Amino acid sequence: MEKAKKRRFGIIATIILILAIVFGIVWAQNTVSHNQKHQDTLARVKKSGKIVWGVKADTKLFGLMDTKTGSSEGFDVDLAKAVTKQMSKQLDEKLTPSFVTVTTASKVQLLKNTNIDGVFGVMTITPERAKIVDFSQPYFPAGQSLLVKKDSGINSIQDLNDPSKTVLVVVGTTAAQNIKKFAPKAKTIALQDYASAMQAMKSGQGQAISTDNAILYGLASENPDYHVVGGTLTYGPYGAAFDHDQKPMVKQVDQALDTLKANGTYNQLIKKWFGQVPGLDLNELEVHK
Amino acid sequence: MSEFFDAFTGANLGYLMDGLGITVGVSVISVVLSLIIGSIIGIILFEKLPYFSSLVGTLNNIVRNLPLLLIIFFTYFALPQFGVHLPIFWATVVAMTGFQSAMLAEIVRGGLEAVDRGQFEGARANGLSNMQTMIHIVLPQAYKKMIPPIISQLISLVKDTSLASGIVLAELTYRGQIVYAQNSNYIVPVLLFMTIVYFLLNYGLSLIAKWFDRRLA
Amino acid sequence: MTLLDHYFSVFLQGFGHTLLASLYALVGSLILGTFFAIMQVTTSKVARAIGNIYVQVFRNIPLLIITLFFYLAVAKVIKMTGFTAGTIALTLYTSAFIAESVRAGILSIEAGQMEGARANGLNFWQAMRVIVLPQAFRVAIPSLGNQFINLVKNSSILAFVGGLDLMYQGNLVAANSFDTFTTYIIVGAFYLIITLPLSYYIQYLEGQLKKKA
Repeated sequence: MEKAKKRRFGIIATIILILAIVFGIVWAQNTVSHNQKHQDTLARVKKSGKIVWGVKADTKLFGLMDTKTGSSEGFDVDLAKAVTKQMSKQLDEKLTPSFVTVTTASKVQLLKNTNIDGVFGVMTITPERAKIVDFSQPYFPAGQSLLVKKDSGINSIQDLNDPSKTVLVVVGTTAAQNIKKFAPKAKTIALQDYASAMQAMKSGQGQAISTDNAILYGLASENPDYHVVGGTLTYGPYGAAFDHDQKPMVKQVDQALDTLKANGTYNQLIKKWFGQVPGLDLNELEVHK
Repeated sequence: MSEFFDAFTGANLGYLMDGLGITVGVSVISVVLSLIIGSIIGIILFEKLPYFSSLVGTLNNIVRNLPLLLIIFFTYFALPQFGVHLPIFWATVVAMTGFQSAMLAEIVRGGLEAVDRGQFEGARANGLSNMQTMIHIVLPQAYKKMIPPIISQLISLVKDTSLASGIVLAELTYRGQIVYAQNSNYIVPVLLFMTIVYFLLNYGLSLIAKWFDRRLA
Repeated sequence: MTLLDHYFSVFLQGFGHTLLASLYALVGSLILGTFFAIMQVTTSKVARAIGNIYVQVFRNIPLLIITLFFYLAVAKVIKMTGFTAGTIALTLYTSAFIAESVRAGILSIEAGQMEGARANGLNFWQAMRVIVLPQAFRVAIPSLGNQFINLVKNSSILAFVGGLDLMYQGNLVAANSFDTFTTYIIVGAFYLIITLPLSYYIQYLEGQLKKKA
């Protein structure tokens, strides 16, 4: 191209690109403010005819990937299916459950982004989280505990309160803050998921894993050299989580959970998943009228 | 030793191989897209259009100098804040394509600059238009020179798909982690298995590259 | 930007670890890479084969796999933290690329120089050290610089193994603050502080080299 033509082309293209960037930013900001406006989950679910649940793939008993079927299986998954079925009856609309694998770190983000409609993902109800997401009624009584090697000599959280000890936790769980509170001298390392944490402990990367006892019992049942110690540090039941301010959806889910608890489905699922786990008291988990 | 192979039950092996399919799928789509986009950006950089080329160059440098892992996390977790919802597979493809296009653009620019200036003038003197010169004369020669760096870039693309395990894309590496979560005795066998699979895939690619190189030379 | 205020020390800690891991790995991979580059140009068939296999293996497998291997498998035998495991993996991985750059540098030096030096009574290693390598490095500088930029970017792999680096801290901040967008923009800016000036400097160097040629 001749110089003048090239120059003209360059200037025009620059202007177009800058305009595109500016418009892009303006549009993006608009979408952000639009997205912050209320999007009703229940309405979306009814319209699409399916509920997209976020579940775990690394948590034995609650949501663990089965390599044969390629989908997650566990108490959370079964309960989500049961809730979906119950909601279909309540709303008199055909709803099918579909599942997306989430990690502890990603689940809230995916809810906010509306990639998923709700989470059944071993999520402890806390006041801080309740500011950001809506919780259903508690669906599982959990409390934070410790998993250690049997011959480690560690019996309680006090034994870990030492700068030479490392406690493994998972990114985005409440466990890390509690460890800081109860064993301020211990180091904590946060890993991506429970599977990594378990492998890391076996490889000597830490002396204990801290998270909810039910998850730890699940890990212990697979790994007989390890056991759960130290009683319960904190109590924090699990709730199904939804985007903020989704009262209609939460109301439907709560109603479904009430029905499942009343008609025995809930206890059946508890027995199915936790009946064989040594160390867990089934009586404490089942609901009694 | 038999314990070593316990990890590879039919179910686990099938599960891993499906993951390889996703790895290859992401790679192939990203390769094609980033070759096209990278070439366009590379030509813009090479043409040194006033203002435009330096603006594009700056943007390109920013993308090129960020960790791919960050770009993947950003695409999947942050873009939806702007209402851009991508399913996990496509989020990975977009992130990989964006990053690889920026890397390839630099290679294309370098390759074009290595082509003799006289070629342009000769072609122009023979009555070819600017666009024709680029497509028929310059690009083919430039690509010949660029093949080795492009192939090594493509190999790194295949390897880098493993980073998408960070956002739980069920590709080979993520599935490997799921399999050895079943039993920690599986760690070494599964990691070795993945090493071999990735190696064969990428070494195969580099052999193809060599063959190409020899044929063209 | 309150996010930056609030978590500044966290980001800074991550930045420090990223920088440290990159520097350790740079030194380590320069030494290893040069060693394997020389192996590939010796006359010994065995040495050449070993050098070749080393380079091909580490070039063709993902860094994440190497990192996990050290963090989960090797650490069972030799205790190491995620930071150490990640840095070792980064060193091995990068050394394969550096070996390629240095080897290309060595090959660009005329064979006559080596022969001349040998004729003047220097042995292979002396000739390599005094005559060939200094020139080879000069030729290889731009491509070594690019490898260093890749190294800094690749250090984000430490996030997978609790390596306390910038990406790891970024993920923690994103999970705590729920403002993923701002968090990752800040993390990106920290990486660019290291990589962008380097990248422009290399482009400048390449320009200088071309002018000379």
